Amino acid sequence: MTDLISSTPTGRGAVERSSRWERAALLVPGLGYVSAFMAVPVLLVLSYVFFQRGRFGGVVYEFTWDNFARAFSPTYRAVLVDSLVIAGAATVLALLIGYPVAYAIAMLPDRLRTIALVLVVIPFWTNFLVRTYAWIVLLSNEGLVNRSLERIGVIEDPLTLLYTRGAVVVGLVYAYLPLMILPLYASISKLDPELREAATNLGASRFKAFRTVTWPLTLPGVLTGCIFVFVPSLGNFIVPELLGGGKFVMVGNVVRDQFLKARDWPFGATLALVLIVVLVALFFVQSRVSRRLSTGGPS
Amino acid sequence: MSDTHVTTPDVEQTTGAMEPLVDIRHVSRRFGAVTALDDVSLTIAENEFFALLGPSGCGKTTLLRAIAGFERPDSGEMLLGGQDLVALPPHRRPLNLMFQSYALFPHMTVEANVSYGLEQEKLPKQEIRQRVGEVLETVGLSTTAKRRPHQLSGGQRQRVALARAVVKRPKLLLLDEPLSALDRKVRSQMQLELKRLQQEVGITFVVVTHDQEEAMSMADRLAVLAHGRVQQVATPVETYRRPANLFVADFIGDSNRFAGRVVDGGLHVPDVGLLPGHPVGDVTGDAHLVVRPEETRLGAPGAGLMEGQVVETQFFGGVSTVAVDVPGHADPVLCAVSGVSTVERGATVSLHWTADAAVVVGGSL
Repeated sequence: MTDLISSTPTGRGAVERSSRWERAALLVPGLGYVSAFMAVPVLLVLSYVFFQRGRFGGVVYEFTWDNFARAFSPTYRAVLVDSLVIAGAATVLALLIGYPVAYAIAMLPDRLRTIALVLVVIPFWTNFLVRTYAWIVLLSNEGLVNRSLERIGVIEDPLTLLYTRGAVVVGLVYAYLPLMILPLYASISKLDPELREAATNLGASRFKAFRTVTWPLTLPGVLTGCIFVFVPSLGNFIVPELLGGGKFVMVGNVVRDQFLKARDWPFGATLALVLIVVLVALFFVQSRVSRRLSTGGPS
Repeated sequence: MSDTHVTTPDVEQTTGAMEPLVDIRHVSRRFGAVTALDDVSLTIAENEFFALLGPSGCGKTTLLRAIAGFERPDSGEMLLGGQDLVALPPHRRPLNLMFQSYALFPHMTVEANVSYGLEQEKLPKQEIRQRVGEVLETVGLSTTAKRRPHQLSGGQRQRVALARAVVKRPKLLLLDEPLSALDRKVRSQMQLELKRLQQEVGITFVVVTHDQEEAMSMADRLAVLAHGRVQQVATPVETYRRPANLFVADFIGDSNRFAGRVVDGGLHVPDVGLLPGHPVGDVTGDAHLVVRPEETRLGAPGAGLMEGQVVETQFFGGVSTVAVDVPGHADPVLCAVSGVSTVERGATVSLHWTADAAVVVGGSL
């Protein structure tokens, strides 16, 4: 893109400037919406982190560090670490499932590709809560999975599938798998197939060609997909509640409870801030790696 | 010189004595209803600079990809140095391909791109470094070894692609439209350089191109392909002087064509009469007579094979082309004369050529 702009003849600077303003004008509605309904409320909430809770909710504007001390106390640190582990496991699993799927879709002929992509997105047409409830039906002691296994004689007593850490991970993977597949697909389909052929022609086996060419060149897509799965997984509170049965508290649940149940807005805001810092750090890493691998114009 | 081309021995005889490096036998490949390769057979000798020439869609790239192993022929055999190629997986074939797009690895430096192939052979690091250094020296890229492909010019990228393929010292180097991405000036320079490199490294080159000038100027021999079939395999001079059929005659160089019936001594053309020329192969019945503009001579009216009016003269510096409108013949007949043409537009002239200068060919366009 920057190439296009800089290659415009210098004599047409005025035209260039006006089109630049026009382009900026196109951003106004989006920026306005985001700042009014997203940035301002978030900043307001985050401003609570240095204050104390009111007795019946709300905020008492007296400065304190207590919220941070509490957020990093062993109890909440364990919750945060647990959440990172669960979200991380969901991300890795989604990547392991999503990469082959995205690769297969990218190799399909054009017409089938569109169909496959629609199929990937179709679950989004149904309410998230409903879909998560469906997993309860599948995983419960009387559920479809246990019944089927019993019927074919693999097990005698039902396995405890529901309300386990595994159920939470599975639910998260299910919920966010399309968000892994789509950026991976974009990245893989953009890859020139001749690069793979070149690697093969130079003597690389299929696996070697994948490891040295396909994988590094699709790594930006991998990182994007991982962030798309990891971020909502880390903040998710519906899946741990429904499929974890409240036994597994993730940081998202704690934040929600602080606002809606404990009415400790400053502490909820502090935990939210911790989450945001973790995620921003991740984005930073992702953009650094992507830029280093960038194949586009001069950096 | 006038009749040497008629007695030129068949090319098959001259190369037949040597064991061919590449032997392609009856290879066919079909994509749905399209036949990309239709019973293609040809041999390529060791150290030869061979060109696969044809218009787009003629199957030349499919043939190249089949040799490299990215396409599987439906039928036929392909041998490289007596070894069956079809049975070998693409990454085990002792040949390298230079892609039309160059297909340089964008995440690797020039050096890493060139050493990639040697690393697959698990050669010692020291040897890899030495060979990469040498080949970069040969193509004049030593100073850009640490750059990434996107920081290079088109010509430099082309050299990297070439270096990456040559460094493996393959028995056979396939080049897919190697010069098409370069601008005109760099292209003619690279033509010479490719030729020099081929002689220097002593590798058999097979170049795929749609550019007949490119093929003619570089290749020792070339195969003209059309509609998935080999039309002619011969030296550039041979294909120009004794095209095997009308397609080759039309595709290679400028030509004047006349449709008619084969008779003794040439071709009988309605409304024009007997035109002298030697038949190529067994041509009977309806055929075409092909004569090159530089073999067509202008003369005073009343003599010659036919008469017409000059409709245009074009001056190209070394040569001029005179276009003559002959009654009963659709296209103007072109006549190349050296230097500036002295005939005026509108003048009536006669046209003439000797039987040795023209060929009678069968086939269609």
